[in-house]
Amino acid sequence: MMKYKSQGVAKLYFTGAIALFVAQILFGLILGLQYVIGDFLFPEIPFNVARMVHTNTLIVWLLMGFMGATYYLVPEEAERELYAPWLAVAMFWIFLIAAGLTVAGYLLVPYAGLAKMTGNELLPTMGREFLEQPTITKIGIVVVALVFLFNVGMTILKGRKTVVSLILLIGLTGLAVLFLFAFYNPTNLVLDKFYWWWVVHLWVEGVWELIMASILAFVLIKTTGVDREVVEKWLYVIIAMALITGIIGTGHHYYWIGTPEYWQWWGSIFSALEPIPFFMMTVFAFNMVNRRRRNHPNKAAVLWALGTAVLAFLGAGVWGFLHTLSPVNFYTHGTQITAAHGHLAFFGAYVLINITMISYAWPLMHGREANSMRAQVWEMWSFWLMSVSMVFITLFLTGAGILQVYLQRFTDVPQQFMVVQEKLALFYWLRELAGLIFFIGLVVYVVSFFVAARDAKRPELSAEVTPASA
Amino acid sequence: MAQTFTKSMARNIFYGGTVFFVLLFLALTFDTSRALPTRDQRAQLDPSTELGQRIAHGKALWEHNNCIGCHTLLGEGAYFAPELGNVYVRFGNNKEAIKAFIKYRPAEGIAGRRSMPQFNFSDDELEAIAEFLKYSSEIDAAGWPPNIQG
Ligand code: HEC
Ligand code: HEM
Ligand code: HEM
Ligand SMILES: [Fe+2]
Repeated sequence: MMKYKSQGVAKLYFTGAIALFVAQILFGLILGLQYVIGDFLFPEIPFNVARMVHTNTLIVWLLMGFMGATYYLVPEEAERELYAPWLAVAMFWIFLIAAGLTVAGYLLVPYAGLAKMTGNELLPTMGREFLEQPTITKIGIVVVALVFLFNVGMTILKGRKTVVSLILLIGLTGLAVLFLFAFYNPTNLVLDKFYWWWVVHLWVEGVWELIMASILAFVLIKTTGVDREVVEKWLYVIIAMALITGIIGTGHHYYWIGTPEYWQWWGSIFSALEPIPFFMMTVFAFNMVNRRRRNHPNKAAVLWALGTAVLAFLGAGVWGFLHTLSPVNFYTHGTQITAAHGHLAFFGAYVLINITMISYAWPLMHGREANSMRAQVWEMWSFWLMSVSMVFITLFLTGAGILQVYLQRFTDVPQQFMVVQEKLALFYWLRELAGLIFFIGLVVYVVSFFVAARDAKRPELSAEVTPASA
Repeated sequence: MAQTFTKSMARNIFYGGTVFFVLLFLALTFDTSRALPTRDQRAQLDPSTELGQRIAHGKALWEHNNCIGCHTLLGEGAYFAPELGNVYVRFGNNKEAIKAFIKYRPAEGIAGRRSMPQFNFSDDELEAIAEFLKYSSEIDAAGWPPNIQG
């Protein structure tokens, strides 16, 4: 089913990604509990440590997923085997071990000790949100990324060049290049923050959108059979809008960090347009599915794809717009509103695009066009459980955020942070409850793989309409 | 999409638009870096002065202890504990109050309450952190936060 044997390296990456996803959510649940039971696991696992594990495993598993997706997608687009499959395997293990050691370091050594052990004074990069990894880990990430780009680049260079693989490659190259700003950490706090966003914002609202759009396009081409020409035109327009709005849109982080006031205009205007590419992705996905020329037996993959388009628009587009205009952001900056948006945007866009690709490619890598209908029903349940509970997490945090903004920042008698937080306990408990349901959804997702593997041994359960032809 | 709008037009918008906006962004970055000296208190950071060294030390301690994993600083970070960009002002423009707060955190936390670790800082280190937080509060952040509570 898989056209090229080397596409199979993606299996490793997808398995690693899902394992880290499980760890990420377990630590999310710990964080959620610490929000209401302040000393839970203290001092063994302080909040900041659990948070690092939660966010760093998230980033690493998303990157692993992107790499796996690329290794699956590129040979098929380039119509040749991967340039060096063994390198892809080697890099996977290096990446996984580096990530494992880093997380173990967070949990077993006080952070200051980890900084000392890894010689952070030599090139200080640690201790900034999302970039907490020891400098040596960061260097490891750069090496893995360069080898990865080389491997993928050579494959494309020697094979058929398609718009999908080209845009994916541009996105991945941008990802690697922008990460280099993680190594710039001046004492000047304003400059530190200014360039920190070149990693964080220009990733999620820039180059990652290229990666997302090209993977989405690939899965839609494969599952709907719609003409490539049509898909490619859409793809160009979507990513054009992403970068045209998203680059200057960085300005929505330059309102209150010491940068000049004119950023309030640039940031507000351009970031207000950032929902456009996300909206176009939604229209694109539904359009392609409605104009489909075949009914792909992998219904679950199509559901994940449509879910990605919708929830990315909600999380990034709608919840992003909610707090992006500077007069609004003045009050919401750094509150639970930010957390609400961060969760739905990351989940809707980058978690779901990864699962979409895994859902599409996994059966093919195991010699079947689609999983049994039973396994797909498990997957679809997990889609609904995770998506609906994430929407509820977002709604509860938004509720908490509105109250927080009012009580702490907007009323005539602003109250202390800690006093306000206590008043929001009910919302945080509800968030934790929704988080538990999310976790159940994730377990159901993992179970679907085992159901699929078992059913694959019984041909009468196959969901495929015609005998294998992908 | 209409036939008159071709794929190559879409491609040109992508490349042209990207190049244009990257250049515009770089131009704005350049202008910002020229405007910053009047806003970012860089005079305090001069590494040849004792103050400059102390702030740099304070920032390193801030990073090496991952304070950002619980707190926001100028609104960025984690939302678990109070904003610290203006804590100097909130504590009555008093470095001693900040130092005392950090110094006397109970190692085992406070039952049921969100807890901050006991970092066992030396007096020098406490002074450096307080100086770093004072410096942060003096950055011209366009009038943010809305009030003293951060
Ligand atoms: C594990 C989470 C955590 C970490 C890490 C942490 N803090 Fe805190 N911090 C808190 C909490 C919670 C409070 C509120 C305590 C209270 O009111 O009882 C607080 C309060 C403070 C306050 C007083 C703020 C106010 O307005 O009352 C200061 C100052 C402070 N922290 C400084 C720091 C510094 C400096 C670091 C890093 C060296 C740090 N904190 C690391 C959790 C943390
Ligand atoms: C998939 C795309 C996106 C992802 C993954 C994402 C994620 C995030 C995250 C995690 C943060 C918090 C950063 C921090 O910790 O300081 C954040 C902040 C922010 N995002 Fe997004 N975002 C996306 C798209 C958007 C879009 C399209 C908009 C605008 C329309 C937007 C507007 C904002 C704003 C204004 C902030 C700052 C919040 C504050 O002031 O505290 N985001 N985003
Ligand atoms: C796939 C699902 C999830 C994603 C993509 C995700 C993503 C993130 C991100 C990007 C951050 C840091 C940025 C921010 O909020 O500003 C974060 C922080 C956090 N997450 Fe999650 N998360 C997920 C699931 C969960 C779950 C299930 C829970 C708990 C029930 C949870 C609880 C938290 C908490 C408490 C924080 C810290 C917020 C703070 O700084 O105060 N997350 N998560
Ligand atoms: Fe942004």
